[in-house]
Amino acid sequence: MPPVVVLVTTASGAADEVSLQALTLGRRIAAGGPVHALVLADEAAAAGLGDWGATEVHVARHAAFTRAAPDAAARVLGDLADQVGAAAVLGPGTEAGNTILARVAARAGLPFAANCTALTLGAPTTLTRSRWGGSLLEEAALHADRAIVTTAPHAIAAEPVSGVAAPAPAATVTPFDARLDEADLAVRVVDRVPAAAGGLSLAEAKVVVSGGRGVGSAEGFRPVEELAGLLGAAVGCSRAVTISGWRSHTDQVGQTGTKIAPNLYIAAGISGATQHLAGARGAKKILAINKDAEAPIMAAADYAVIGDLHAILPAISAEIRRARGA
Amino acid sequence: MKVLVGIKSVPAVAGRIALTPDGRAIDTKHLGFAIGPHEECAVEQAVRLIEADGGEAVVVTLGPASALEQLRDALALGMTRAIHLVTDGQEWDPESTTEALLAAIEADEAESGAFDLILLGNEAGDSADYQVAVRLGRALGRPTITALKGLSIAGGVARCEQEVEGGRDVYELTLPAVAAVLEGINLPRFPSVPGRLRAKTKPVATSEPARPAQRLEMLRLVVPQGAAKQAQVLGHGPEAAPAVVGVLRSLGVL
Ligand SMILES: Cc1cc2nc3c(=O)[nH]c(=O)nc-3n(C[C@H](O)[C@H](O)[C@H](O)COP(=O)(O)OP(=O)(O)OC[C@H]3O[C@@H](n4cnc5c(N)ncnc54)[C@H](O)[C@@H]3O)c2cc1C
Ligand SMILES: Nc1ncnc2c1ncn2[C@@H]1O[C@H](COP(=O)(O)O)[C@@H](O)[C@H]1O
Repeated sequence: MPPVVVLVTTASGAADEVSLQALTLGRRIAAGGPVHALVLADEAAAAGLGDWGATEVHVARHAAFTRAAPDAAARVLGDLADQVGAAAVLGPGTEAGNTILARVAARAGLPFAANCTALTLGAPTTLTRSRWGGSLLEEAALHADRAIVTTAPHAIAAEPVSGVAAPAPAATVTPFDARLDEADLAVRVVDRVPAAAGGLSLAEAKVVVSGGRGVGSAEGFRPVEELAGLLGAAVGCSRAVTISGWRSHTDQVGQTGTKIAPNLYIAAGISGATQHLAGARGAKKILAINKDAEAPIMAAADYAVIGDLHAILPAISAEIRRARGA
Repeated sequence: MKVLVGIKSVPAVAGRIALTPDGRAIDTKHLGFAIGPHEECAVEQAVRLIEADGGEAVVVTLGPASALEQLRDALALGMTRAIHLVTDGQEWDPESTTEALLAAIEADEAESGAFDLILLGNEAGDSADYQVAVRLGRALGRPTITALKGLSIAGGVARCEQEVEGGRDVYELTLPAVAAVLEGINLPRFPSVPGRLRAKTKPVATSEPARPAQRLEMLRLVVPQGAAKQAQVLGHGPEAAPAVVGVLRSLGVL
């Protein structure tokens, strides 16, 4: 079976989840053949990758890799793929992964398919990939001797080897000799500005309360904030809100905003455009509050209250206070 | 300052996506067209740059005749002139899109000098290929950065910021360069009435590139089978509050 190379991105000694998903797909298409994982500098993350299907882990040691350097990363990944004669090069469909794999493809003059959900090597290779933030899938043929792809986040579950067969044989870990030119280092991080200690992270909140165009104004968000405060929830919004300047883009849920995965998502005055729902697909339950009983969000929500959010939200907050005896 | 922005006209889908009978395109019988949010921000960024420093901001699209409307929208916002690479409406894969844009860029640069900055969206609204910027940068031999949430230019150097876990990563690119931006990098303006009027008389150069063989060949589109839900209506108006609190309790969020 042909060798497969997988880029595994890491943070302080641990591979990220989407990279493990890419490794899982890599192992499947290698079908028993060698699976080479490439780790950039982060030695501590290398040893555990055997459990996820890597047969050989290569650690690129170079001062450049202590911070992001996408061209340098692409150079090393492409060199490794050439060295082992890879039939496929995979990576995580994150911003970092997509830009590195696109650069590998551009350097090699090969096509690149981002955010794949399935892949079968062949002539041609066939694949399924995500469009419109996952609201639409594309089936495509990839005409190339080497398939260069990323995996769509959370489309393929990461599966440890020991879960499917006997305990995984430990992967061999070897340093990879990174040969880099000046040109490979022109694009690299020169500074890191720490974030101001923020409030609740929208992406990680267990409950999110969002408002849409139906909220009507920036001040109209007061009852949204009040309910969110009572529930310990993060406040979100739709794009109609951010482009009106009512709230900052950091609050936007959707295809071009934040992807959320709460236990409960309360969406008030939001119609439920596909691009909005593309960010809320991870929500376990959705409660829609809308004056239009026919709004598209009704086909994505679990619960609904029909009517004016300006009357409904304060009533829910009052009811919560009453229930708590305050 | 000479800036280029690439935009892609995509169907303005809202509710559930419907496909044409052959499954190879979104059915746009009842839809308008728009550009993606990232590209709206790229246009805004370019207009701000020439407002501050003078020069010209050129907008280019590879797309069907109807994409002229999206070019006019960009001109109404303050772009200087447009280049329309007209297609017959078929999709172009990201490699052939890059080739067509590259040819247009090289021709324009031969005539009126290099673009100091080429600004694109991080990913196209529809196909989301995540690569045209990187391919253009590679072909032109210019430093390229993607996923930008901050951009400022001083002394021929672009300070570029990405949002990452725990803060912002800063890159410094020497111009000329290629940058792909994310929505949120700025808050785009709305077009004014005089802007719309001026847009009608701004120059649009057209040509018809030939579509090469596609190495990432779209075979068909599929609308994923989401669980077709029908929300359980808890009630109408504020009287529904007790029922909502009941649900919050049962979900364990209270
Ligand atoms: C490529 C692309 C990417 C996009 N990315 C995103 C994204 O990341 N996030 C996003 O949100 N959008 C995104 N959009 C935009 C999206 O298509 C919609 O335009 C947007 O989500 C609409 O926001 P909305 O639901 O708040 O507004 P509308 O669609 O106008 O809906 C308002 C809703 O509020 C209801 N309403 C009005 N008044 C009241 C009231 N008093 N009480 C109760 N209900 C009321 C109405 O019945 C209606 O259902 C994107 C679009 C494109 C083309
Ligand atoms: N047909 C096109 N015409 C002009 N610019 C395009 C076209 N396709 C893509 N681009 C630009 O390249 C960016 C990234 O596209 P992609 O790599 O296809 O996701 C888009 O946001 C646009 O700025």
